[in-house]
Amino acid sequence: MTTTTPFTTPAGPGRSTGSGGPVARAGFGHLMAAEWTKIRSVRSTVWSLVVMVVLTVGFTVLMAAITVMNWATASPARQRQMTADPLALLVQPGVSSAQLAVCVLGVMVITGEYSTGAIRSSLLAVPRRVPMLAAKAAVLGLLVLVITELIVLPSFLIGAAILGERVEVSLTDPEALRAVTGAGLYLALQALFALAVGTLLRHTAAAITCILALVLMVPNLLAMLPGEAGRTIYSFFPTVAGRAILVGDVPQIASLSPWAGLGVLALWTAALLAPAAYLLRRRDA
Amino acid sequence: MDRVIEAYELTKRYGGRAVVQDLSFSVRAGRVTGFLGPNGAGKSTTMRLILGLDRPDSGRATISGRPYRELAAPLRAVGALLDAKAVHSGRSAYDHLLHLARSQALPRTRVQEVLEIVGLGQVARRRAGGFSLGMGQRLGVAAALLGDPEVLVLDEPVNGLDPEGVVWIRELMKGMAAEGRTVFVSSHLMNEMAVTADHVIVIGRGRVIADCGMDELVRRDPRTSVLVRTPDAGRLGALIAAAGGDVSTGGDEALTVAGMEAHRIGELALDARIVVHELTPRRASLEEAFMELTRDSVEYADSDRSRA
Repeated sequence: MTTTTPFTTPAGPGRSTGSGGPVARAGFGHLMAAEWTKIRSVRSTVWSLVVMVVLTVGFTVLMAAITVMNWATASPARQRQMTADPLALLVQPGVSSAQLAVCVLGVMVITGEYSTGAIRSSLLAVPRRVPMLAAKAAVLGLLVLVITELIVLPSFLIGAAILGERVEVSLTDPEALRAVTGAGLYLALQALFALAVGTLLRHTAAAITCILALVLMVPNLLAMLPGEAGRTIYSFFPTVAGRAILVGDVPQIASLSPWAGLGVLALWTAALLAPAAYLLRRRDA
Repeated sequence: MDRVIEAYELTKRYGGRAVVQDLSFSVRAGRVTGFLGPNGAGKSTTMRLILGLDRPDSGRATISGRPYRELAAPLRAVGALLDAKAVHSGRSAYDHLLHLARSQALPRTRVQEVLEIVGLGQVARRRAGGFSLGMGQRLGVAAALLGDPEVLVLDEPVNGLDPEGVVWIRELMKGMAAEGRTVFVSSHLMNEMAVTADHVIVIGRGRVIADCGMDELVRRDPRTSVLVRTPDAGRLGALIAAAGGDVSTGGDEALTVAGMEAHRIGELALDARIVVHELTPRRASLEEAFMELTRDSVEYADSDRSRA
């Protein structure tokens, strides 16, 4: 430090809050304001969201463009398939890539605090740990919900415009409307799921590895399980169940209906957040 | 005086080893209370227990009668500075303080005020990860002052500060205590405490060894002694020993006497008509007093470690 700074006692003008004066009890709104300040003021959030926007818009436009370019050479069966299930072109690729960024964001929101030691400042300010986690979850969920809707909707419209009359799809189709609005809920739940994993494991690398395995690898393995029991296990797996909200009315391995699937993901998320909150309360920081 | 911070039989074990054991003490308002002990004595652990970061295995700690975790807006009651950095390295100093202020329903203007108080006004928008150790400490102090608390808990606050910063933090602590606030500060450096603290609590091996005024700590030391220089060391030594003093020779014409005041030695020498060239009471330095106090606990810790 090169600057000389004499200590000015807070009894002077600095003593603004005044001891003995009325102390506004910090409510849940204040906790959310604090969490919002935290989440917007680190680069990992900004980068996660930039990656998310680029991937979502990029993949959707790419899928639509490739479809148009290959249309003439595609078999009539393939053409029928694409016409019947435009969501597989306009919603699922974008959301699938976006969810990687969302998972990283959900994990980093809590493990970033542990790795830097900032968690101690946070818990000194808010020693009621479960409300702190709740505020964190609320801010993360709302942020992902809003950002997802802001990018999935235009991606869909751009993609639909590129497809033109080859694959006719409109936002007014009930399935399309449900998938586009559901995408935000799906990714918001995915973010909370990742937050729970991060809170349980507390280490960035371990938590990201774990969540990506759950999202990318495990579903592919479970899809190979034989029989009706295998199909049920696959269908109820959290990262599979939630995707039901994104698919059109076409045959799938997964057997849950769209909103039931999203509900199952919500239950999984709650089931993981509960022990995360319990351990956060019990463990030493 | 109020007992503001109270610890009741705190015990904390990590991996089966008791870091803090049956620790009981209280910290009063209006003075700086030093919390002293060798490295590994359990100072930081005790502070973490008081601040609700760690859970005690048994016992409890309260601030103004309530556990830290039950305080409504804790930063308005207690300002804490922990030894390790507790800031997200990617966040600016301003945003770090802003999120803390938000959580306590404190106005945004208070953030700028404390940044000016600690002298970080110019670097408020820089990422905390790029801060020097001293700047990091100042940011920690800013966070502690944010809620204008009546209680300060500081863990090794002078660590990493340059001499000017050390003086600054000393004045800060004394100023806060003079305003009637409670200041509880840990250190492993006795001399640092000697110029700041009015009262000390010394711990070793997770137990309280001494809880007294700074002066008393020095007086307690059995090694307070008198250096005597005389050409007739043999005869005077025998006389002192006969009168109950504990004599050891320190060279041809020098004696070190424990357990007898200097004026009594002078009287003995006068009675026997022995020339005395020097008669110097030697108070052990604070550092020596501290080492004497904690010697047993440190030795025990060492042997414990070699057994493990």
